[in-house]
Amino acid sequence: MTPELGQLALILALLLALTQSILPLIGAWRGNHALMAVARPAAAGQAVFVAMAFGILAWAFISFDFSVQYVATNSNLALPWYYRFAAVWGAHEGSLLLWILILNLWTVALAMFSQKLPEVFAARVLAVMGLIAVGFLTFTIFTSDPFGRLLPMPGDGADLNPVLQDPGMTTHPPMLYMGYVGFSVAFAFSIAALLGGELEQAWVRWARPWTNIAWGFLTLGIVAGSWWAYGVLGWGGWWFWDPVENASFMPWLVGLALIHAQAVTEKRGSLRAWTILLSIFTFSLSLLGTFLVRSGVLTSVHAFASDPRRGVFILIFLSIVIGGSLLLYALRAPKVAHGKPFKVLSRETALLIGNLMFVVAAAMVLLGTLFPLIGDALALGRVSVGPPYFGLLFPLLMAPAVLLMPFGPFLRWGQGEPAVVKSILLRVGIAAVACAIIAAFFVEGQFKAMLGTAAAVWLVVGVALYAYKRWREHPRGRRYPAEMAGMLLAHLGVGIFIAGVLLSEALSATTDVRMAPGETQHIAGYDFHFDGTHRITGPNWSADQGVVTVTRNGKTIAVMHPQKRTYLRGEVQTEAAVKPGVMRDLYVALGEPMDAANIAGAWSLRLYYKPFIRWIWGGGLLMMLGGFTCAADKRFRLKRSAANVPATSGLVDTPRVQETTA
Amino acid sequence: MSRLLPFFGFLLLVALFGFGIWWNTQHDPREVPSPLINLPAPAFVLPTLDDPTRTVSKASLLGKPYLLNVFASWCVACGEEHPTLMAEGKQLGIPLIGYNYKDAPEDAKGWLGAHGNPYTMVIVDRPGRTAIDFGVYGAPESFLVDAQGVIRYKHIGPFTPQIIARELKPAIAALAHEAQP
Repeated sequence: MTPELGQLALILALLLALTQSILPLIGAWRGNHALMAVARPAAAGQAVFVAMAFGILAWAFISFDFSVQYVATNSNLALPWYYRFAAVWGAHEGSLLLWILILNLWTVALAMFSQKLPEVFAARVLAVMGLIAVGFLTFTIFTSDPFGRLLPMPGDGADLNPVLQDPGMTTHPPMLYMGYVGFSVAFAFSIAALLGGELEQAWVRWARPWTNIAWGFLTLGIVAGSWWAYGVLGWGGWWFWDPVENASFMPWLVGLALIHAQAVTEKRGSLRAWTILLSIFTFSLSLLGTFLVRSGVLTSVHAFASDPRRGVFILIFLSIVIGGSLLLYALRAPKVAHGKPFKVLSRETALLIGNLMFVVAAAMVLLGTLFPLIGDALALGRVSVGPPYFGLLFPLLMAPAVLLMPFGPFLRWGQGEPAVVKSILLRVGIAAVACAIIAAFFVEGQFKAMLGTAAAVWLVVGVALYAYKRWREHPRGRRYPAEMAGMLLAHLGVGIFIAGVLLSEALSATTDVRMAPGETQHIAGYDFHFDGTHRITGPNWSADQGVVTVTRNGKTIAVMHPQKRTYLRGEVQTEAAVKPGVMRDLYVALGEPMDAANIAGAWSLRLYYKPFIRWIWGGGLLMMLGGFTCAADKRFRLKRSAANVPATSGLVDTPRVQETTA
Repeated sequence: MSRLLPFFGFLLLVALFGFGIWWNTQHDPREVPSPLINLPAPAFVLPTLDDPTRTVSKASLLGKPYLLNVFASWCVACGEEHPTLMAEGKQLGIPLIGYNYKDAPEDAKGWLGAHGNPYTMVIVDRPGRTAIDFGVYGAPESFLVDAQGVIRYKHIGPFTPQIIARELKPAIAALAHEAQP
């Protein structure tokens, strides 16, 4: 009986979503206050019903209700409770429900904090959020019902995909969705602004923290995914340019551009049309990312089971949402540029170049991801482009952004001073070159490692110089407002990240070896001593567990336990053993026994020495922290006066110039 | 006009996705051309499910074509396929050999007992080692092996009556045709 209640709750949520989107739009159009006032309670009610549906599905998992098809397919009696709960979003139907739940959380937060926005504008924003929910709820109810019954009820279920039975993987989707969905706020703002025909600087200011928080969550989601791939897949890699990874990376890149464009629009009033377009792009790519893996259009190692009916629905939904928004943009985007003019040498130009690079990089990733499809369309056969394509183009496209980064904060809005640029160039340049030369002695002249050192020093010294300048020129307490501190943290994160990527790529040592118990392998100054394997069992798996003792100069560094797990339903999963460290990771993955009948004998093992690899995620986490810190700035809190007085000073009497972009 | 560019770009994308969906209804996205087609099946010696002391080898099956169907009791998609095999297995005109993959024999027996046994005989590959030689992606998967022990056709995923009529039966008919002259 209860699962049917879940279905009912979803249907009621859909009705409320329709109410939330249609009535306030009519109200905003007609100036009807009562209709506009419907938006908030409808949003709250919808959230209650969706939470109810989510709770019912979670309960079905916790209480082993295998009469629900989705539960029977994704869990079994031996699965521990925390993975049974995480199994709610372990496959297509439930993860859609999670998406909707998170959309509702964002909408409710928006409804709560938007009280000070002008009524018409807030009504439109909430209505757009409602429209998105309508699309997702319809999709769930008509093509992907998580509450479908399985009769007769089986005694036990199948299993949650074992690759998902990992702490990193259980938190990865919610974080990712927090990011995807969070971009809907900026999107809703832009659509509401296009509908109303005006975009106030104050509204952009108010929208900024939402974008920053969304981007921070997306960063965290991607970092968690990358960390999981490293620990579980056993290949020692952290990024594979897989279509599903790319799907989350594209909104991240465009979202990054959006964060910076919003800063320009909010502070200077310029680039309005561009900011609106980027908001649409970012959320469109989030939708694309959510759907690309579900439509069956692309095949990927971790694509969801596909069904042509879903694909067609998705295509129609994307056409309406994205096509509609872009058409609206074409018709209503601000024709005349507002805002203060800027010279070629200015912070605006630097940000704009960075922006263009991010967007072009996202386009490059999109092209590469869709390449197999283009190959089919042009009858080129099954072709796909992999790491060689991305690995070459992505660093090339990012290089200008990295080179410009130290200068951005030093350049003034409107018109920068050449003297400042020269002095910074000299200082970061000398520091970078000097450190690269010193590093050359440690890395035996490996170019990639030297480049990584130089790039990291370039960025970190740039950040340090700017932090010092603020320290010197401003009194205590006004040196680092949250917005600026966030920027510094995030830029520092980029430096750490680049160092991690290039140094670990250049200096890693790997070996695939056959080892009998008692044998020792020597790599990168470490001795890996194989003590053999034994059987162990977990709650729902059994494993061959290897014991590898790592010593350096006779001193024991770590005893590692790589596993090869076999889950109840026969799926095999490697669990690499990692000994983490700030300067290096030691990593052991268990391959296959040389003789299947004798697991106590020799095994194939993969041993890695990975220096600085942790800096990759460390840098990512710093970027995330930067995004969150920015959002905490007091400046972004909306004052009623700011919202209701149109056209803040300075905007009205500046000369109007044609925008250079879009 | 330039403001319409993003919209036109998106239209291009929609056309591409539309094509992709259409293409996937026409083609099996998992259809990776198997390198084993038209090559001799790997040699194997596996015990039967009914009597683990009796083994079946590739050599003992030579002389007439057969269909090898990889299945397991844990495999949900095999359950989907099962009714089709029950209905059509006997009408194929060649032996249908079950290949029990990474499964406990008791579970497999229970499963066949509950759902019916469409197989002429069932061989057991509990560690899944021979399956690697066959290039098995997962269950269900099926191999049509001819009288000379050469793999002639392979299907990944569950058989449906349509696929049997469209692909499997013509492939079997072609084998019979070759044997005629």
